[in-house]
Amino acid sequence: MTAFWCLVRRDLRLAFRRGGDSVNVMIFFLLTITLFPFGVGPEQAILMRIAPGVIWVAALLAAMLSLDGLFRGDFDDGSLDLMILGPLPLEMIVLAKCLAHWLATGLPLVIVAPLLAVLLSMDGEGFTTLIGAMLLGTPILSLVGAIGAGLTVSLRGGGVLISLLVLPLYIPVLIFGVGAVDAAVYGLAARPHILILGAMLIAALPLCAWASAAALRLSVE
Amino acid sequence: MARGLACVRGGRRVFDSVDFAVAPGGALLLHGANGSGKTSLLRIVAGFLDPAGGELTWNGRPFEDEDHDPDGASFGIAYVGHLDAVKRALSVAENLTFWADYYGSGVTVAGALDRLGIGHLASLPARFLSAGQRRRLGLARLLAAPASLWLLDEPTVTLDEDSIAIVEALIAEHRADGGMVMVATHAGMSLPEAGILTLGAAS
Repeated sequence: MTAFWCLVRRDLRLAFRRGGDSVNVMIFFLLTITLFPFGVGPEQAILMRIAPGVIWVAALLAAMLSLDGLFRGDFDDGSLDLMILGPLPLEMIVLAKCLAHWLATGLPLVIVAPLLAVLLSMDGEGFTTLIGAMLLGTPILSLVGAIGAGLTVSLRGGGVLISLLVLPLYIPVLIFGVGAVDAAVYGLAARPHILILGAMLIAALPLCAWASAAALRLSVE
Repeated sequence: MARGLACVRGGRRVFDSVDFAVAPGGALLLHGANGSGKTSLLRIVAGFLDPAGGELTWNGRPFEDEDHDPDGASFGIAYVGHLDAVKRALSVAENLTFWADYYGSGVTVAGALDRLGIGHLASLPARFLSAGQRRRLGLARLLAAPASLWLLDEPTVTLDEDSIAIVEALIAEHRADGGMVMVATHAGMSLPEAGILTLGAAS
């Protein structure tokens, strides 16, 4: 277990030193969302209606931006080989890297999301649900993304390919994420949506770790 | 030891029925022209590549068994390949500390860095290292994360003569402790009583 946390700490330190990824993802998220009032007009009723969907779609796209780097750095400089030789199973290496990736890029999205909800004049009722749904949903984005990142790590310029592989898999998260917030805004029960998001997260933990590790094994050959 | 190892890369048979054995305290030098499969052989032994044929055993048991043995602390593989696994954003000491912690060796890294002659660079960000210094940092991992079998792929590339002498001394100490070494090299390294395996020219 020490190796697990050691890897998480190192990845966070690297993310913090470079800074680029986390900040880029946040700025992308902010910019995309501020485009909408310009695009659809400042009419409050329309913005209120589309706010949950816009925030979630922007979050999916933002999360995808940083996926290419999830394994690429360690693959290119040979670190991944040495990690595999170490005491940690590859599945746990994937989970550690996903956790660090989420802390560095997913969590900041959750933190700024309420601010953007205000910008889109979303109803205050939905704020806690939005945060809750994103806390459950954004780790799924990192985990599912790890499959795409693992498959494309040995390809040059695999960035676009990742989007094509991963975006369709993000649809369930989008549906239930938006569903939860919509339900809360309209005074319906958000609980079922949240529970399904939670179930998806629990299922994604082992499944994505396994699939991503299998993809990485092929890439390391 | 290995019996009848074969390797196929990209549909091309790189080598066939390669046999070798390394005893505790032993060393094996891999020679061969470019493309004769030295790196592939080391990567097969490390477990990154599946051999196309043949088997690898450790004390008479297949490699995989021992590798996943929960108390297999006695058996570990250290691999130093063409890539140095050095993170440019971390300092020299941080790079090495990570690997020492990751492998749970509990070794202090200062000694390992001093041994490789880069102790004075410990707090320098690794992106300022020269190629040879990066390579020395990669080799310092052998001391920071001890393993019984060292797989060294062209360890002396980019190293100056003094450093090569250091590497030879490290290998000698490792063997004196009962460790094993497999070295792929073009440059002549002086390893006393080392076995030599020459991989045939690619066909």
